[in-house]
Amino acid sequence: MTYEHFAVLIVIVPLMSAFVVALLGWFKRWACYPLTLAALFVSFICSLGILNTVISKGTIHYHLGGWEPPWGIEYVVDYLNGFMLVMLSFIALVVAIYSKKSIEQEIPERLVPYYSIFLLLVTGLIGITVTGDLFNVFVFLEIASLAAYALIAVGEDGAPMAAFNYVIMGTIGACFYYLGIGYVYIVTGSLNMADLSQILPNLYHNKAVLVGFALFTVGIAVKMGLFPLHVWLPDSYTYAPSVTSAVIAPMFTKVMAYLMVRIFFTLFNPHFSIDLIPITQILTWVAAGGIIAGSILAIAQTDLKRMLAYSSIANIGYIVLGIGLANRMGLTGSLLHILNHAFMKGTLFLVAGGIMYKMGMRDITQFRGLHKKMPFTMAAFTIAALSMIGIPPTGGFFSKFYLVLGAIDARQWAFIVVLLTSSLLNAVYFFRIIENAYLEPPVTAYATDGGTHEEIKRDELPLSMLIPTLILAAGVVLLGIFNERIIAFIIRFAVPASF
Amino acid sequence: MEIVYSIKPLLAVLVSLIAAPLILLTGEKHKNVREFWTILAALIKFSVVVSMIPLITDGKIIEYTILPIIPGVPLQLRVEPFGMIFALLSSTLWIATSFYSIGYMRGLNEHAQTRYFFGFAMCMSAAIGIAFSANLLTLFVFYEILTISTWPLVVHKETQEAVMGGRKYLFYTLTAGTLILFSTAMLYNLTGTLDFRAGGFLAGHGSPAIQTLLLITLILGFGVKGGIMPMHEWLPTAMVAPTPVSALLHAVAVVKAGVFGCLRVILFIFGPKLLGDLGLWLPLAYFVSFTILAAGLLALGQDHLKRRLAFSTVNCLSIMVLGAALLSKSSITGGILHMAFHGFMKITLFFCAGAIYVKTHKEYVSQLDGLGRQMPLTFAAFTIGAMGLAGVPPVNGFISKWYLCLGAMESKEIVFLFILLTSALLDVAFFFPIIYKAFFKKPLDDVKPHFDEAPMFMVVPLVVTAVMAVILGVYPDAFFRFFNITALAVNNILGVS
Amino acid sequence: MFEYIVSKYNYWVYIFLMMLGLYGMIGKKNLVKKLIGMNIFQVAIILFYISIGSKVGASIPILTAEDLHGMADPVKYMNPLPHVLMLTAIVVGIATTGVALGIIIMVYNRYKTLAEDEILEIRKKSGV
Repeated sequence: MTYEHFAVLIVIVPLMSAFVVALLGWFKRWACYPLTLAALFVSFICSLGILNTVISKGTIHYHLGGWEPPWGIEYVVDYLNGFMLVMLSFIALVVAIYSKKSIEQEIPERLVPYYSIFLLLVTGLIGITVTGDLFNVFVFLEIASLAAYALIAVGEDGAPMAAFNYVIMGTIGACFYYLGIGYVYIVTGSLNMADLSQILPNLYHNKAVLVGFALFTVGIAVKMGLFPLHVWLPDSYTYAPSVTSAVIAPMFTKVMAYLMVRIFFTLFNPHFSIDLIPITQILTWVAAGGIIAGSILAIAQTDLKRMLAYSSIANIGYIVLGIGLANRMGLTGSLLHILNHAFMKGTLFLVAGGIMYKMGMRDITQFRGLHKKMPFTMAAFTIAALSMIGIPPTGGFFSKFYLVLGAIDARQWAFIVVLLTSSLLNAVYFFRIIENAYLEPPVTAYATDGGTHEEIKRDELPLSMLIPTLILAAGVVLLGIFNERIIAFIIRFAVPASF
Repeated sequence: MEIVYSIKPLLAVLVSLIAAPLILLTGEKHKNVREFWTILAALIKFSVVVSMIPLITDGKIIEYTILPIIPGVPLQLRVEPFGMIFALLSSTLWIATSFYSIGYMRGLNEHAQTRYFFGFAMCMSAAIGIAFSANLLTLFVFYEILTISTWPLVVHKETQEAVMGGRKYLFYTLTAGTLILFSTAMLYNLTGTLDFRAGGFLAGHGSPAIQTLLLITLILGFGVKGGIMPMHEWLPTAMVAPTPVSALLHAVAVVKAGVFGCLRVILFIFGPKLLGDLGLWLPLAYFVSFTILAAGLLALGQDHLKRRLAFSTVNCLSIMVLGAALLSKSSITGGILHMAFHGFMKITLFFCAGAIYVKTHKEYVSQLDGLGRQMPLTFAAFTIGAMGLAGVPPVNGFISKWYLCLGAMESKEIVFLFILLTSALLDVAFFFPIIYKAFFKKPLDDVKPHFDEAPMFMVVPLVVTAVMAVILGVYPDAFFRFFNITALAVNNILGVS
Repeated sequence: MFEYIVSKYNYWVYIFLMMLGLYGMIGKKNLVKKLIGMNIFQVAIILFYISIGSKVGASIPILTAEDLHGMADPVKYMNPLPHVLMLTAIVVGIATTGVALGIIIMVYNRYKTLAEDEILEIRKKSGV
């Protein structure tokens, strides 16, 4: 057991398994699911090992093929991506456990290729997080994006058009990203992040570097779903199969947010991103717009997944707001929110998938009495909803609290109002569902003679779907209770030291 | 001040938190087992809280740190005199309400009883948590848990009216939550700590403008639950809940939590000295005085019995805050004592209203003619409660009102004395007609001429609380040592400043 | 001024192509034409990269026999790194085109048309 290769195993295992699943599935359909689970489990173990190594020994530098950077590609894992790797592999594993029954019901004829591409998606996302080379990020980004386009396109009626729009917009974003790499490369001649962070400070006045930076920002913003470049997001999340939404929503946009933090604060100095170009200032206003727009549009929806999609846009706004505030509290809140939101949105989309599985519809207005039919599922939903609103002791409260502290530190009162108002807006659209689910269809002769009402039979999700949902819901609560430990041991070091 | 480290505060909070899922699991199938969990939890909680009385009266403080949350602010429980008062009140009255609820629910054959008892247990946990919170963040955590766990109780009836009431409740309380969150963050930013300290910890941090702003946001935030006008609007609407809910939560636990929060703000965050220096106590006192008078007047016009009681509650809550705002030794004593004693009286009144409803389905004051003949115990208890609120000895309300009036005179603003006396007159004005109608008016046709009370499960608790109100009125230190503990609290508050 | 334009002609060409591709993606209604626009967009960026690697009077980056004796002088060769990067980018472009074409086939099977405005009409009618 060579621990030093975990950093590359975490990418190789899902990648190779994708091919093995595709081949093996041709002969034995039933083998896909266990193989996928095995691959993702190995990834998860690797991520734990990596985090452990980072905490005990410091940043990991893994040189692929033994080539020294900056000529070779290296994988760098520090605190920032250490915890993200654990989060990504864990959620991927949990959603994969959940996926079987859901896929069999929604798209049975495409089971084998689905799992294969699922593994490719996870490979891509983990690869973006683990690598320390700019162009390598682009490669993995495209792997993940293409996998995402495919996974979305096999959904229901509106899915192909949604996927096509996503293809167009996503490609523009990715192209901007690697165009930015080009500009930076012309001036510096290096693609390695650590190397660039040494070379670039002398070149901050250079126009090519500035253009590159701008292109990075816009490219990542498109892929992240940052308002107003979010247009592809609602349709894609809504029409995709349940499992796809459940795996893309918690993971993809967060990885893009991570990339933004990397580029703003590791690649370029914090001094550059905050003082020289006030990109962080601009981002805070953009993010605030996203928060408000996302929250208000979510209220207008009756389709559960579409509502969650707009809610995701608002939450990306929170994360970018934290990045934009650019102080210790704000960035801590942002990173904590990445973690919390992944679990919260994961739970919510898993519940949405579960409701789709049992009831075949997602219309909120039809949810009356759902808590009698699926009590545990709705309990998980309620916990995640309370966390999204920001009720302690769930995790969502603490990340919002840190964001508010960050806004106070920065003396930006407008954002405090934005943050708190959006919590109330969240309460509106989540409580609507909680009301509908928990209050049965009204019956007139209730209070006095204990009147009868149509018995709703208990019809809970199958265990393979229910347990992952509950695990993520429990995670939401645990992340809240233990948030201080997480911050003290990990996030505190992930925030750049100069803050 | 000697600090004792013990797990008892955590136990007090956890007892009902553990009982809650047990209640859920037991469900409708084993009703008696489910009720057993509720009563067992109530009794254990009560005994744990009471067991800490000797240490408190000895002048010690009990602490228990649960978890760190943010640097310098852990999730921490601290049992000190002021919090003890609220905890004693809640845990005692929970026992009474548990029995009463069982009677009420079974008497009306209500639906969703499991959900009801589950919500009740959760909210009691939150209430004790609020009482024992050592810092503002812990208080906020339990405060929001209280909000969420009382929502299913408010919307219990599931009618359109109940749902709307629930929505209004959530709107008010969650907005209040955001105000408190903002204030918490500002306080942390200014002072680096959120620990409650008798006599306040904000002095010396931040400009007077910021301190004034914080006072406004905090009072507005806590005032929503505490029923201070104009944030009281949710309270009469929330009377749509079943009476036991109204009784314990809206007359005793939820609104008391709001007032408790206000008092924590005035006495433990700002402190008498800072408020005196800033001169903010006077505007605050005027602000709540408006509520006292307005609520009293509005109560006169209400025919619906529970709504009349709701406005009376609003009136009393602001009297408690007034007591603290006047910043004098007697007035603070009166305010804290009133917090405890009012609970006994108000819960008796609500219990009576519920008993009347269960027995006769009557909700309006105008329907109560002659009912005293049929339900003498109920109305006797009602009389005791009403007398106490008006400040008539030997009910315990007299003692707290006495101290409040003393305090008003000590504060050198005589207008508040008049406000308190006017409020007492208003109390007479809207309660005694009920008593008069019940005992002295000719009975309406459907009143039975013989003794026909509500079920025993309901009548016994209300008689017990009424009797306790009288006992405490004669001997305020009986068993709970309310008076002693309050005196300790006031000394801490004023001594440090 | 003229000097400025002429000496940096590679940048102007790629920008022109990129805008052409962008126009195609946004302005055209037919899905296939959008796809072609996307391709042009990607090709423009590929051209950009290749152009930055070239030098006046340099030879292609292949080691000749005589250079193997002694040190090879890097100045004589064009920069091979952008070429290599663009190999990757070309493959990515092809893969994207493939996926997009697959999606277009799905769209066609579903809506029997490839014009975006007609598709929107059909979707509005069927409530999707």
